[in-house]
Amino acid sequence: MSVYFNETHNQARETARQFVTRHILPHINDWEEAGEFPRSLYLQAGEAGLLGIGFPEALGGMGEGDIFLKVVVSEELMRSTSGGLVASLGSLDIGLPPVAKWAKPHIKESIVPAVLRGEKISALAITEPGGGSDVANLRTRAVRDGDHYVVNGSKTFITSGHRADHYTVAVRTGGEGHAGISLLLIDRDTPGFTRGKNLKKMGWWASDTAELFFDNCRVPADRLIGAENAGFIAIMSNFLQERLMLAIMAYTTAEIALEASLEYARNREAFGRTIDRFQVTRHKLVDMATQVDIAKEYTYRCAALMQAGKNPIKQVAMAKNFSVEVCEMVTREAVQIFGGMGYMRESVVERLYRDAKILSIGGGTTEIMKELIAKQMKL
Amino acid sequence: MKVLVAVKRVIDYNVKVRVKPDNSGVDLANVKMAMNPFCEIAVEEAVRLKEKGVATEIVVVSIGPKACQEQIRTALALGADRGIHIETDAEVQSLEAAKLLKAVVDKEEPKLVILGKQSIDTDNNQTGQMLAALAGMGQGTFASEVVVDGDKVNVTREVDGGLMTVALNLPAVVTTDLRLNEPRYASLPNIMKAKKKPLDTTTPADLGVDVAVRLTTLKVEAPATRQAGIKVADVAELVDKLKNEAKVI
Ligand SMILES: Cc1cc2nc3c(=O)[nH]c(=O)nc-3n(C[C@H](O)[C@H](O)[C@H](O)COP(=O)(O)OP(=O)(O)OC[C@H]3O[C@@H](n4cnc5c(N)ncnc54)[C@H](O)[C@@H]3O)c2cc1C
Repeated sequence: MSVYFNETHNQARETARQFVTRHILPHINDWEEAGEFPRSLYLQAGEAGLLGIGFPEALGGMGEGDIFLKVVVSEELMRSTSGGLVASLGSLDIGLPPVAKWAKPHIKESIVPAVLRGEKISALAITEPGGGSDVANLRTRAVRDGDHYVVNGSKTFITSGHRADHYTVAVRTGGEGHAGISLLLIDRDTPGFTRGKNLKKMGWWASDTAELFFDNCRVPADRLIGAENAGFIAIMSNFLQERLMLAIMAYTTAEIALEASLEYARNREAFGRTIDRFQVTRHKLVDMATQVDIAKEYTYRCAALMQAGKNPIKQVAMAKNFSVEVCEMVTREAVQIFGGMGYMRESVVERLYRDAKILSIGGGTTEIMKELIAKQMKL
Repeated sequence: MKVLVAVKRVIDYNVKVRVKPDNSGVDLANVKMAMNPFCEIAVEEAVRLKEKGVATEIVVVSIGPKACQEQIRTALALGADRGIHIETDAEVQSLEAAKLLKAVVDKEEPKLVILGKQSIDTDNNQTGQMLAALAGMGQGTFASEVVVDGDKVNVTREVDGGLMTVALNLPAVVTTDLRLNEPRYASLPNIMKAKKKPLDTTTPADLGVDVAVRLTTLKVEAPATRQAGIKVADVAELVDKLKNEAKVI
């Protein structure tokens, strides 16, 4: 029960729940083990309208300005129990907004609707082998040559990197530091652009993650997103929603682990009683529930601030850090409550425990979030 | 052809219901509500008839408190064209529901009325039949197939021991069984479009129907908890137990 959701949100939640129940849950264990899910899922999600939230109607989206619509759908997609699937299915949420906002009109019209229909996949490429936290010092270079940019360098750990069609890539077009960065939209088949293999990971198995290589890659100059050397601001403004999403992923992961733990503790017997009859287990479950609730409500609060047109950089960074801490604690304790079964791949908490870790790294690490918060606190 | 579909707001089928401590009913506080699954099948069938060009307009009607507009909106998002909400906070039993629906049928004059065969809250399995009787229409209950053929509708019914097909003159009442179709879910764009579809509100008084209850519930109890089963070694032992212990064969 929450005060933030209206009837439309409830209906959208039901749609997303049906989508997950019908199209994902029957297959998710196989997809996790296989390390990917079928591309057709993007089309099905597109058809249900799940991909277009937050994008303008003129570009085939559901319209802007309803953050809680995004919240309910994200929560329900996470109910697939696979953060990896959600990350890849949702890579457009980080790759596409700059295109929809700042690309040349003919570029956005040719790309955004197709991605929102699920026909094409969009990815965001910022992190480089040399560093991810220090965005201002990225080294992939783009040099203007007539009506093209010639790009050299590489990116790594890119979600949907293996099979995306359109990459929103941060490149250096100017001098040192943040004032020399631009965003370029680079298509999969651009000459000089190749991808490494699908990287093997601790968690997020159903997600494809790859390294990208640019070797004298010639990108038409009209694929510049926004103004030249104004990319850093665009990247930073994109982070706000990504971090909100990561907070949602974190508390929902924790919530699923909590629910599984409650169910397990009510039924598992030891020493002649169900384990929830031990006060130590009961209190553990209470702590888990308390933390999840607070993480969730605080994240809703941030969403409400965004909904009200504010720019809650500090609060969203706090929400991400807090939810991620909660997620790590709750998934760890969930595995503990499950005992040996918690270590088995057949129990959902095993996956949730592995999937928790990425959330303190992606979208800006916990330490970078703290630096950001410190700056907002004028420390 | 106009099709009228009745939908009911009930406890979501996923919810494990709890009986109130005073045994007066089922606890509805903070419980997730949803459209009765048989009603979803009814809406789906109507939408399919429209997609086939058989139905031209789908009107969806629900009886109950303000909140059941949510279920009407859901039906609109699934493809119904217009909604009617008969608003009342009173408990409405099968016969009163049938009378209210009859009043709507008189006004709307649909060629086909589709209802769920029962609602999963009280499982009465009565309203469709009562409506057919009150409206003087033929009825095809427990439908697993509905084929409109000119002035007739052929309804395949799931009955004990097999299937039975009845040919009804239109207008007629059909109630849905589980295997009639697999309902779709609403896409987000259709949810948004449904917000602009018309939804009229009326009341039992407007329709001239007295909804006072005629049946009183004495007591509601949870079913007895089932005892754990046992494992038998082989078929011989199973047959022996069925014969001599359970005495069912
Ligand atoms: C599964 C997965 C998916 C990803 N998807 C994408 C994607 O789609 N697109 C994309 O661009 N990137 C993606 N990333 C990359 C991710 O954003 C980076 O890994 C992250 O930003 C950290 O960068 P790094 O790995 O280079 O670590 P580094 O920057 O090398 O940091 C190493 C450690 O040093 C700490 N540190 C760094 N600077 C400071 C400081 N100033 N103060 C204190 N501590 C500091 C960090 O917090 C961290 O603990 C993904 C990563 C993973 C694992």
